[in-house]
Amino acid sequence: MTENRPNPDELLARIKADEAGSRRGSLRIFFGYAAGVGKTFAMLKVAHAVAAEGRDVVVGYVEPHARPETEALVQGLEKIPTKSVTYRNVTIQEFDVDAAIDRKPEILLIDELAHSNAEGSRHRKRWQDVEECLGQGIDVWTTLNVQHIESLNDVVGRITGVFVRETVPDKVFDMADELTLADITPEDLIARLESGKVYVSTQARLALESFFRKSNLSALREMSLRQAARRIRSDVESLRLAADSHVPWATAERLLVCVGPSPTTARVIRTAKRLAAALDADWLAVAVDAAGETTASARSRSVSEHFRLAERLGAETVTLAGAEVAKVILEYARIRNVTKILIGKTRQPLWRKLLFGTVVDEILENADAIDVYVIHGDEPEPKERPDVRSRTPLDIKPYLAVSAAVVFAGAIAMGVRRIEPGPSEANWVMFFLASVAWAAYRYGRGPAVWASVLAVILFDVLFVAPVGTLAISDFRYAFTFAVMLSIGLVISDLTSRLKAQVENTRERERRTSALYEMGKRLSSLYGSVFLVNAAGSKFAELVGGEAAVYLKSAAEPHIAYGMNNVIARHPLSTGTAKWCMDHDQPAGAGTNTLPSAAALFLPLVGSQQTLGAIALSVPDVQKLLEPEQRRFLEACASQLAMALERDGLAIEAAEARVQAETEKVRSTLLSSVSHDIKTPLSAISGAADSLIRNESSDESTRKQLLETISDEAARLHRLLENILQMSRLDAGAIRPNLQWHVLEEIVGSALHRTKRELKDRPVRTNIPADLPLVLVDGLLTEQLFVNLLENAARYAGKGKAVTISAAIDGPALRIVVADEGPGLPKGSEVAIFEKFYRASPLPDSGQGTGLGLAICRAIARTHGGSITARNRVGAGGAEFEIRLPLGKNPPNVRIE
Amino acid sequence: MNSFAHHVLIIEDEAPIRRFLKATLQNEGYRVSEASSGQEGLRHAMSQPPDIVLLDLGLPDGDGRDILTRLREWFTAPIVILTARDQEDQKIWALDNGADDYVTKPFSLGELLARMRTALRHANRNVPDAFEIRMGDVVVDFAARLVTKKGEIVHLTPLEYKLFSTMLKHAGKVLTHRYLLREVWGPQDSHENHYLRVFVASLRKKLEDEPSRPRHFLTEQGVGYRLSIESA
Repeated sequence: MTENRPNPDELLARIKADEAGSRRGSLRIFFGYAAGVGKTFAMLKVAHAVAAEGRDVVVGYVEPHARPETEALVQGLEKIPTKSVTYRNVTIQEFDVDAAIDRKPEILLIDELAHSNAEGSRHRKRWQDVEECLGQGIDVWTTLNVQHIESLNDVVGRITGVFVRETVPDKVFDMADELTLADITPEDLIARLESGKVYVSTQARLALESFFRKSNLSALREMSLRQAARRIRSDVESLRLAADSHVPWATAERLLVCVGPSPTTARVIRTAKRLAAALDADWLAVAVDAAGETTASARSRSVSEHFRLAERLGAETVTLAGAEVAKVILEYARIRNVTKILIGKTRQPLWRKLLFGTVVDEILENADAIDVYVIHGDEPEPKERPDVRSRTPLDIKPYLAVSAAVVFAGAIAMGVRRIEPGPSEANWVMFFLASVAWAAYRYGRGPAVWASVLAVILFDVLFVAPVGTLAISDFRYAFTFAVMLSIGLVISDLTSRLKAQVENTRERERRTSALYEMGKRLSSLYGSVFLVNAAGSKFAELVGGEAAVYLKSAAEPHIAYGMNNVIARHPLSTGTAKWCMDHDQPAGAGTNTLPSAAALFLPLVGSQQTLGAIALSVPDVQKLLEPEQRRFLEACASQLAMALERDGLAIEAAEARVQAETEKVRSTLLSSVSHDIKTPLSAISGAADSLIRNESSDESTRKQLLETISDEAARLHRLLENILQMSRLDAGAIRPNLQWHVLEEIVGSALHRTKRELKDRPVRTNIPADLPLVLVDGLLTEQLFVNLLENAARYAGKGKAVTISAAIDGPALRIVVADEGPGLPKGSEVAIFEKFYRASPLPDSGQGTGLGLAICRAIARTHGGSITARNRVGAGGAEFEIRLPLGKNPPNVRIE
Repeated sequence: MNSFAHHVLIIEDEAPIRRFLKATLQNEGYRVSEASSGQEGLRHAMSQPPDIVLLDLGLPDGDGRDILTRLREWFTAPIVILTARDQEDQKIWALDNGADDYVTKPFSLGELLARMRTALRHANRNVPDAFEIRMGDVVVDFAARLVTKKGEIVHLTPLEYKLFSTMLKHAGKVLTHRYLLREVWGPQDSHENHYLRVFVASLRKKLEDEPSRPRHFLTEQGVGYRLSIESA
């Protein structure tokens, strides 16, 4: 039963492939084994046939020096104009990606997939252009020769002796939805070449002469046929998978390839890729960071180059840490269920092999169930073997310090012997070993080895008879020396390894804590501006260079951090940022896309979408691209992305809440308003109807009805004014027109306007004569007083006094409007300022609008002030206290 | 009061408002012409020049402001503007561009009639170049440049006197801040409005019974001042 169950990984892969198929265009490769086999010809032929069926076929790029038959075939098909790229005064015609995407044909023909674009183009390689077109949903047809496939590159090179630098990653080839083999026999090809049907420039002719040998061509042909066959097999396989047939599923193979700094590793990696492809297996490229190499060293740089090769070929790359390389690799291999390990044969001096054994031997010995393939590296070791120690000038200081330490140890031993001459030499040896251990701990392997040697010499000279010479009287001492030296060496090796591992761990810890710190910092912030600033400065600090953050926006990406640095000023930056965030891939310096940009751009990929890109500029961009470092930076970038996303969601939620609130207020307003409008309207129309019908009614009734109409109309007017004003204040449409005012004038004007409402109520004003001018909006403040006075007139009884007093209270102007009415109902001191809140209805004095006090509060707040209400202490009635901030430096106008 | 019927032209697009204005004004003894659009109003004014124009600033065909400027190119009789509330800028603009006064909709008829009377009086030079003017219990003797209140001499500074006399000359009419500042302090001086406020406050203190409840020096908030000399 288990055998019939589809492997979840495979199912997932199938689903992914389906999804990818629905979004992406399909890729069709016309595949051949050499130039001149007729790939382009075949492609154009099929294109014509398809175009005749009415499909939208456009030529994106076809080599201009094609042979005449091909040239003729290009005619009659729509062509996208090529783009002129000028580099170092040479103008080259290149495929125009943007034009193609703008045109968006159904099928796009792009010759020579392996072509390298001219410097200054967007991508380094044409296959990246093709990727982009595919990503836009365009079907692309292209041509490719077998020797351009990355993993076959070196094999072909060794067969033919001609190495091509233009390669296409295997994943691109594997991704092709359709493979069409263009094939002729080598004899025919040679005949074609000789008859001049294959275009070869005169310079290249000589170089190619050896290439187009029959033996070469046969080998290449075999290879291309095998590739095509493999494709057919895997197509059949995937069809079978799709058909869900209950064929036993192959046990999944998983390969592990050991990556080291040796140049032969590249071969091993390519071999692994071929093996993985043949077995249809996943594969991992693993390096062991044994001695905690400093990341800048040339050794780890070549490791990271190998890693990048492996990634291009489709491997998953992992860096492990540990001193015992073989053990670490095997442990990891077991965890990941690796079935096969590939490792390069290491060249090591015989003594080393005998003394320490090799990693290969160790792995072979302990691999148990895992198959181990040892790949022979037959390429000569390059002369300039990258070795930091030999290149970097020898730093003499540690050696001097170590020497001093050993001499010091010798001196102490001498001193102790003088005081207490008892114990044997073994004790004196200990002092020297202590100094060796210290040297190893403090300065690492080199100085420690030197210390061991020096310790032996010094011991000999100082303690072994005849003292003062290197000679030894007793041969047994030679054994002592040997033991002492080997112990010294072992100590130095162990200690320096330990130290390296500690450093390594410390580096990891540093990264982890930096990541944690960034996460913590970002989670405590709100607002994209703050997030971006915090992250930007952190990034700059982490990489020790400059950073800029670009965020996605409707048109161009906009720069949100680092507006004034090197990155922002570089002309390519915005474009690179856009490409990076559109494609979710790193771009810019150090990558294959827009490599001449000023910085490395990493996309900020959130869980839902890409939010932007972060640009990092450092003197040595390669440092950022080491897998470990890159993964770390990507983790940081994703934290920023998540934080931005969270922030965006929070804003959306807040907006939704505000909207809901507004909606609620609006509906309350509507129901209130419609009630308040209908009441006076029905009174008016009723009274008017009554007047029209009963012309004969007596004079006093008529007058009453007319007064009703007039009063209700005034009420309606007041309501409307209030609603308008309230909505304008609510919407923030009113910006106070602040001018220096005489408070008494505003109060006076308000009293004048409320003359009718106040009628016979006595009004007392208590405004000090020396009150400074106040900075307020005259109209709004007058309205505030009018509303308060109307309120007082409405709720306080007839003949009850109203008092307005003002005084300076600290930084504010305090104005109190007090009445002698019944006061406020308990607990309503705050609620009365809410819209449509009304105190208990009064029988006779007309209803308020329920907006007057809400408007007062809005006006006070617009001025940066406040209004509060309370019942008067001692006397009856309510009082309203308004606090307005006093303007700074009120002008002093002199009357004289 | 009028020996002959004043001819009034109402330029207003709302029919109900025209109707009640016409009824009221005819009742008051005015001869009334109506125009429902700015263009029609301009034609009316040219064919039969009225003694006073009531102009709605919110006309549908082109701005009422435009009609105001075009009328003022040749028309010298008073123009009273009908305007909505909260349009202080429009009011000031209209006053600075030839309007004589304004009433804010919805207006009381009493207020409108008072404004019209004031405007006509000023237009007909019915304000005599008197030697003496009374404002409640305040008496101003122009010849002696002397101001008394309840018979006692009130000391005014020269600028206060100039401001007061300017307001007296246009008693009943609204005067914008800008107009008063220009008239009193001169066109080259660019004082801010608060200068005026302080001076008016000072005049109130000296001449009003209750400075915080003024009866004469009335504030038209956001626009300017109106001096009322009628003791109503």
